[in-house]
Amino acid sequence: MSTPIIEVRELVKQYPSTTAVAGVSFSVPEGVCFGLLGPNGAGKTTTVEIMEGILPPTAGEVRYRGEPLGARFREEAGILFQRTALQDFLTVRQSIALFRGLYGRGLDVEEVIRLCALEKLADRDARKLSGGQQQRMLLAIALVNDPALLFLDEPTTGLDPQARRNFWELVRSIKAQRKTIILTTHYMEEAELLCDEIIILDRGRIVAQGAPRRLLRERFAEVLLELPRHEFPERARALPLRIIDASDRVEITTDDLEGTLRTLLDAQVPLTNLRIRPANLEDLFLELTGTELRP
Amino acid sequence: MSAIRRLLAVLHARNLEFLRDRATLVFTLLLPVILVIGMSFVFGGPQRPLFKVGVLAAGIDRESHPFLQEHYVDFIAMPLRDQALRKLTHQQIDLLVDPGPPPVYWVNTDSPKGYIVEKLLLAAAPDAHRQPVTGAALRYVDWLFPGILGMNMMFSCLFGVGYVVLRYRKNGFLKRLHATPLSAFEFLSAQVLSRLTLIVIVTVILYVGIGAIIRFHSVGNVLLLMLLAILGALSMIALGLTIAARFSSEELVGGVLNLITWPMMLLSGIWFSLEGSPRWVQWVAHIFPLTHVLDAARAVMLDGAGLAQIVPQLLFLAATALAFLAFGAWSFRWRID
Repeated sequence: MSTPIIEVRELVKQYPSTTAVAGVSFSVPEGVCFGLLGPNGAGKTTTVEIMEGILPPTAGEVRYRGEPLGARFREEAGILFQRTALQDFLTVRQSIALFRGLYGRGLDVEEVIRLCALEKLADRDARKLSGGQQQRMLLAIALVNDPALLFLDEPTTGLDPQARRNFWELVRSIKAQRKTIILTTHYMEEAELLCDEIIILDRGRIVAQGAPRRLLRERFAEVLLELPRHEFPERARALPLRIIDASDRVEITTDDLEGTLRTLLDAQVPLTNLRIRPANLEDLFLELTGTELRP
Repeated sequence: MSAIRRLLAVLHARNLEFLRDRATLVFTLLLPVILVIGMSFVFGGPQRPLFKVGVLAAGIDRESHPFLQEHYVDFIAMPLRDQALRKLTHQQIDLLVDPGPPPVYWVNTDSPKGYIVEKLLLAAAPDAHRQPVTGAALRYVDWLFPGILGMNMMFSCLFGVGYVVLRYRKNGFLKRLHATPLSAFEFLSAQVLSRLTLIVIVTVILYVGIGAIIRFHSVGNVLLLMLLAILGALSMIALGLTIAARFSSEELVGGVLNLITWPMMLLSGIWFSLEGSPRWVQWVAHIFPLTHVLDAARAVMLDGAGLAQIVPQLLFLAATALAFLAFGAWSFRWRID
């Protein structure tokens, strides 16, 4: 088996009042899009920032191409933080050029501008961009050294649906170049669409790891039934069904849809607002941790 | 009413924040105390003497001659005769005495205070041998000019870079830079060079501009002054960066910068000479880069000193610039802890 591009071993990050990461180990093969999923406070960003070499771990280590993080890693990694401010009074092109100047090798500034569809914005003050445009510029900066490994930390948080979809398209085009991407997100749709492999973090620990489809297949039967919680009678909890409580609804997973519907009808559970859909990563997270992913 | 409620809520939160920022709190309380104590040492004590008399000796032994026991005369030990005579020529001292034996004195015949203090000397030592010198009093504005240039440089160096680095740290720009191959030393050096260029340009403009207004002509080499300005600015910029290297609170950085700039303002000799002040005051003054800048600048501009005479100051400035920069890079924080 080939050396993973990046490997995390027994990572621990302890703060005076909390343990953000509590012994996390995983490795990322080259060329995949690897997702770190979890709710706010699960330890995703802390884990990723240790992997990026900007936060020291309390214990454990990160190895890039089999070696501790060093000069080679900094040259070959591209990073998009959750929030980044740039220098004031610079245009988009100048901001990208500033970062291009920090690397020994990389792409031409104009090429990166084209890649991230920033041609019309290149001469605009970088502070005067919309959220989606700002993220595209930061992605351009992350790509300016033509990285082998790209970190995207919650890249679409706060973007409108259209901007989010545009950003996903960009990431898919980068993925097509066989670059390794490490993506943290709490948008399940994003992870399902982009990630080849994921880990789910909860309270600083990995609670599941694998390909999204495989994880769903392992944990869930074919379909999932959703009912409003206030319409689900207490007595129905005694029925022989797999019931998961979410904040405003009750979810039932089953591979025998007809049998389950019959059971519910026999128990006189109102089915007017019933929704039937396939299980997704959100359901997986709820199943694994008992809490919902989005706050 | 809702506006007052909001105001009180913000006021309360700000008070809590201030009280919980222990370092800033302690510093804020200590600064006035330190300033008051410092001022009382410099300006306190007995009334200042009427006359300044240079004594050609390594130290003052008041018992060695009756004249040295006179009241209201400040006796300043001056081991170097050439330097002492230059000060007498510029009327920076009123009389120069070699206690002998035989006692010899030099008096500037153009100085009214020299005329009076000469009478005092002859009363105590009628046989003292007279050596007249002449020379117009140095205009205060000529003496102050290097001080004003130096003060402007000091503020620009210390405040100009410190707050910028702090802002970069607070808004996350430094964190983003940290994810690149850029090192702390490189980042700091870039900041130093950027500021240095600006300061040298501004200082040249001020030198030419103010110099023309007050009709000042340096008797020394202008290129030597440029070298001095560059090394002085380097040292003070590096000092500013060292202070901003790791803190994340504007209040704390502002306080520390004030703690440094105020004693520098008072003790570096911007406004008045510290000659004759207690030895420890002069010792403290020479910790500050600005003191060395002004000593050397006045030597070149007023007395025509050459490179050899100001080498000690240049070396001090170069060494402190390197030391501050190295310490700043070592203690540098890219992100808020």
